[in-house]
Amino acid sequence: MGTINRRDLLPGLLPHPEEFLIVSGLAGASKDTAGLTDDGSNLFTMAGAMGSTVAMGLGVALSAPTRDVLAVAGDGELMMGIGSLATVASMMPNNLTIICIDNGMHAETGGQPGHTSRRTNLAIMAQGAGIPSVLTIETPDQINGAAKFITDEPGPRFLWARVSDEPPTAYKRDFDLAARRQIFRTAYLADK
Amino acid sequence: MNPPDREVWSKLVFDKLVDAGVSLFSHVPDFGNTYIIKMADAHNETRSVLLSSEQEGVAIAAGADLVGERAVVCMQSSGVGNCPNYLSLVKGGRFPMLLIVTMRGDYGEENHWQYPVGQAVTPILEAMGVQVIQVDREDELEHATEAAISAAFVGGQGVALVLSQKFLGAKAF
Repeated sequence: MGTINRRDLLPGLLPHPEEFLIVSGLAGASKDTAGLTDDGSNLFTMAGAMGSTVAMGLGVALSAPTRDVLAVAGDGELMMGIGSLATVASMMPNNLTIICIDNGMHAETGGQPGHTSRRTNLAIMAQGAGIPSVLTIETPDQINGAAKFITDEPGPRFLWARVSDEPPTAYKRDFDLAARRQIFRTAYLADK
Repeated sequence: MNPPDREVWSKLVFDKLVDAGVSLFSHVPDFGNTYIIKMADAHNETRSVLLSSEQEGVAIAAGADLVGERAVVCMQSSGVGNCPNYLSLVKGGRFPMLLIVTMRGDYGEENHWQYPVGQAVTPILEAMGVQVIQVDREDELEHATEAAISAAFVGGQGVALVLSQKFLGAKAF
């Protein structure tokens, strides 16, 4: 476990979140992204289909190659779709950044420990999958460097952010996925 | 009776998908989708995406849809068993979805292992809001492909174009 308060993580990493297309997974990860963007039209959050965030981010990145794309996932979500890291590496989208907010537990269901609280090293798994740019951060003073990693290093990028056990951003987002699909598409296509 | 020529029917399906604006062909390799994927790699407006598991293709197609692009997912029938949770995007989110499913475990199958999921393909898909359009005969393929494309990309539905072993021919062991 790191010493980063997750509520400080995304604001520090992404001073201009409106410049990204963002997909985020259940549960805390999407509270943090929705809080960051005020549930913005450039954000698609999930509260189900656990494991799908990285693959959906890949679909966006391959289909919108001129835009910067973020896939933001918790450690439980990432593990459930871990094979997607290899799928990303095979396609090598240079516009995709994966951010794993790792609190080492399934906080949404009561704080049960996850694999990363034991022996699992997500940075080595990402490197092993073939992701070219991988960074691990554990302390608040590393957030600025990680922001540069996202803008400067060749993609696809994987940022493993080990955070403390403090709760995610308190934000009530819209769970209507059909409506959120329309909002995202309409905003993107109008802006294209 | 010999099964229809794979390269010929694959080209028919591929050409219709390209005409419909499909740009991404996600897949887990199967004998039945070999030529479609080769064609997707060779064509300059399409790409294949090699998946580690079939459900990733469902999420990739949903991601493509978010930015107005079209993708399909090609899989053997056994891969349908990996997809239900991600198909929440179809049933709950009304993301259009087109799956190209090449069957095992339905007609003349000799491998015991293929039957459990093979026989469950239609119930699984229908339970998750995906309409099944099945092809048993070569003369059904063209209209079935057109119907699947219309339902998915015009009608906004989840659709599986299921190519049965009656159409494909059963693999001998």
